[in-house]
Amino acid sequence: MASISPEPVAHRVLTGWGNTPRSSATVMHPATSGEMAASLADPPTRGVVARGLGRSYGDAAQNAGGRVVDTTGVGRVEIDDAAGTVTASGGTSLDDLMRILVPRGRFVPVTPGTRFVTVGGAIAADIHGKNHHKVGSWCESVQSMRLLVPSGEILEVTPQSDPDLFWATAGGMGLTGIVTEATFTCPAIETSQVLVDTVRAADLDAVMDAMVTGDHLYDYSVAWIDLMATGMSMGRSVLTRGRFARLDELDELGGATSDRPLAYNPTVRLAAPPWVPPGLLNKLSVRAFNELWFRRAPEHRSDELQSIAAFFHPLDLMRGWNRIYGSRGFLQWQFVVPDEAHDTLRSVVGALTESGCTSFLAVLKRFGPGNAGPLSFPAPGWTLALDIPAAVAGLGPLLDRLDVMVADAGGRVYLAKDSRLDPTLLHQMYPRLDQWRQTQRRVDPDGVLTSDLNRRLGLT
Amino acid sequence: MNDATGIPQTALVLGGTSEIAIATMTRLAARRCRHIVLACRDTQGGAVAAAHSLRTAGATQVDIIDFDAADATTHAATIDAATELLGDIDMVLMAFGVLGNQADFDADPMAAVAAVNVNYTAAVSCGLLTAQVLRRQGHGTVVMLSSVAAERARADNFVYGSSKAGLDAFSQGLSDSLVAAGAHVLVVRPGFVHTRMTAGMKPAPFSTTADDVADRIVRGLETGAHVVWAPSVLRWVFTVMRHLPRGVWRKVSAR
Ligand SMILES: Cc1cc2nc3c(=O)[nH]c(=O)nc-3n(C[C@H](O)[C@H](O)[C@H](O)COP(=O)(O)OP(=O)(O)OC[C@H]3O[C@@H](n4cnc5c(N)ncnc54)[C@H](O)[C@@H]3O)c2cc1C
Ligand SMILES: NC(=O)c1ccc[n+]([C@@H]2O[C@H](COP(=O)([O-])OP(=O)(O)OC[C@H]3O[C@@H](n4cnc5c(N)ncnc54)[C@H](OP(=O)(O)O)[C@@H]3O)[C@@H](O)[C@H]2O)c1
Repeated sequence: MASISPEPVAHRVLTGWGNTPRSSATVMHPATSGEMAASLADPPTRGVVARGLGRSYGDAAQNAGGRVVDTTGVGRVEIDDAAGTVTASGGTSLDDLMRILVPRGRFVPVTPGTRFVTVGGAIAADIHGKNHHKVGSWCESVQSMRLLVPSGEILEVTPQSDPDLFWATAGGMGLTGIVTEATFTCPAIETSQVLVDTVRAADLDAVMDAMVTGDHLYDYSVAWIDLMATGMSMGRSVLTRGRFARLDELDELGGATSDRPLAYNPTVRLAAPPWVPPGLLNKLSVRAFNELWFRRAPEHRSDELQSIAAFFHPLDLMRGWNRIYGSRGFLQWQFVVPDEAHDTLRSVVGALTESGCTSFLAVLKRFGPGNAGPLSFPAPGWTLALDIPAAVAGLGPLLDRLDVMVADAGGRVYLAKDSRLDPTLLHQMYPRLDQWRQTQRRVDPDGVLTSDLNRRLGLT
Repeated sequence: MNDATGIPQTALVLGGTSEIAIATMTRLAARRCRHIVLACRDTQGGAVAAAHSLRTAGATQVDIIDFDAADATTHAATIDAATELLGDIDMVLMAFGVLGNQADFDADPMAAVAAVNVNYTAAVSCGLLTAQVLRRQGHGTVVMLSSVAAERARADNFVYGSSKAGLDAFSQGLSDSLVAAGAHVLVVRPGFVHTRMTAGMKPAPFSTTADDVADRIVRGLETGAHVVWAPSVLRWVFTVMRHLPRGVWRKVSAR
């Protein structure tokens, strides 16, 4: 990819993917691993944090008045076919990885809803994908990582050598150091096509029921849910589930694609306009969009072949789609509640629907077991994620109320998406926070690593 | 830090006993603004009661510090004291101001100079000191209480009006100068508000309350507005007023 080589150090205003909140920092762009290794040296008083592709929605990858280290300038990917592992620099994007891996018959262990995230960001948020119920989150596929810590050392960390530090870094939001490199397993695939089953569910109970009874039959599963549908249609959804097609299946179903079973060329078809008139997104336009989308989905369709891009990254088709929310931006709210708390999920969906706040499709997914990371987000149960324009009246108090419901049900919100949580709920949502803090302090006794997210929530 | 909905976690109020400021901070305290510093010329009485009510509204800590708008040589110490207490200052609300009386100003120009010194000069010195803090910390919001009087000077209060016009222009420039620092300025233009400042005066058309102004300010923070009017209709009223022929303006603005 052609890129303008950036100034080595520049003062810039940064935001997350939601374009809010904003703050300014000195951004450093190390271009070699040597420069990267020095990026924590002589830290400013307001500290340092790493930044990948800035796809966290809130303020995790920014550090007001301090230093931000852009990791994307150092790229290195090494594949060990025999071991089925890949070693990549922390700033490597999943987009680059897939372009290299897919034609060679491998896939990333976990992919979020966008491929424009880095390996370091995937570790720091311990990201999950549609296959969480089968393989867990990203860090469960990581065998080792190299972690630059404030002392200037680069530590080789594995779940065996230093489990505390490994799992504190998994979901640790960049606050244990800068991941300069990681080795992770990458599953083999026979084709680059996903065999997809789609079901339209009339309401929330129907989609939950379908997920509880059938998710185990699929490697990947996610439901899109319309929070603007009210009454009998509340929670109406489209559930899409699938797995990678095998070669023989491609021959049977694939037609034109079958002679290049591992072809992969994701394209960006559209770009959002640079400026969007305020008020473009309103209740009517979003309701109409959701309606169209629901009607378009088949009531039931099996064995449809979809490309990786279409199945995993439909949003990536439009570059800069976050701009449609205008300059005031938007936020994403994502929580998980345990299986037993399905009533809380219903109440939350009810409250959101009732509030009438403008929201495009929300994503519903059932997680499998969580892992040892004290700040890792996934936990067994239901997770729901939705985007809302930040300036919606009454949004803050509404989400505060819902956060309390989530916390009381034993659930939590996802820090990679957060931009407004009440810090007093943090401990209840992440009960192992103190354990995490102990490890964090071990590698960062002087509090060099910090971010706006950390200042806002008091993580460290 | 300000959150994605525009609400600060810490705030400094310059003119901490202002009724508009207290109504605003009461709302923000209920929205989890946890630590508030009230900077006042009288740190007893009204300030103590205000601090108490803000704690009741939800703030975990409210401190009161000395602040005299009339003495610019003390402003740096006030801002330093606030920084010391708050750490990062997410929001600075500048609510000090004196209305005065045009007849008194006509009789005693030095009284006018003193009022302008509070309304405008202090806004300049505190505004620039605040800007230094926000640039250093790389984020934050300034809320500036201007007035519709800044839009067009009136024969019966042009000293006040011109001081607010100065503040208003200053605030807009400050706003642009802080963009690169990731900081934001909200200019508030209320009309006639029923507070101590206007007690005993005949209300102007579209008069409003401190609570209403406070609601407009909070909404302005949520929407990321650069200017809010209170009540909002005044934006349109003054779009017209600004362009009235002088003679007509003299008549409609006369009280
Ligand atoms: C459209 C969209 C869909 C998404 N879907 C999902 C999803 O399905 N599942 C999911 O889990 N997430 C999802 N996300 C969130 C995203 O996966 C995470 O926020 C991820 O961390 C972004 O990676 P990044 O490289 O952009 O990191 P950034 O946003 O730049 O940084 C995120 C955090 O990682 C830290 N960090 C970055 N690089 C390093 C490094 N090298 N070393 C240490 N710390 C580092 C930063 O300090 C920060 O705390 C989605 C985001 C978008 C925009
Ligand atoms: N009320 C209106 O109709 C109206 C309309 C438009 C704009 N405004 C503006 O809104 C702001 C707040 O006014 P308000 O209506 O809330 O009236 P208020 O209650 O009288 O508030 C004015 C504040 O300014 C303070 N102040 C005055 N001189 C000071 C000085 N030398 N040093 C420190 N503080 C000083 C006052 O402190 P003390 O308590 O010590 O006096 C008081 O806290 C002012 O800037 C005003 O100009 C008001």
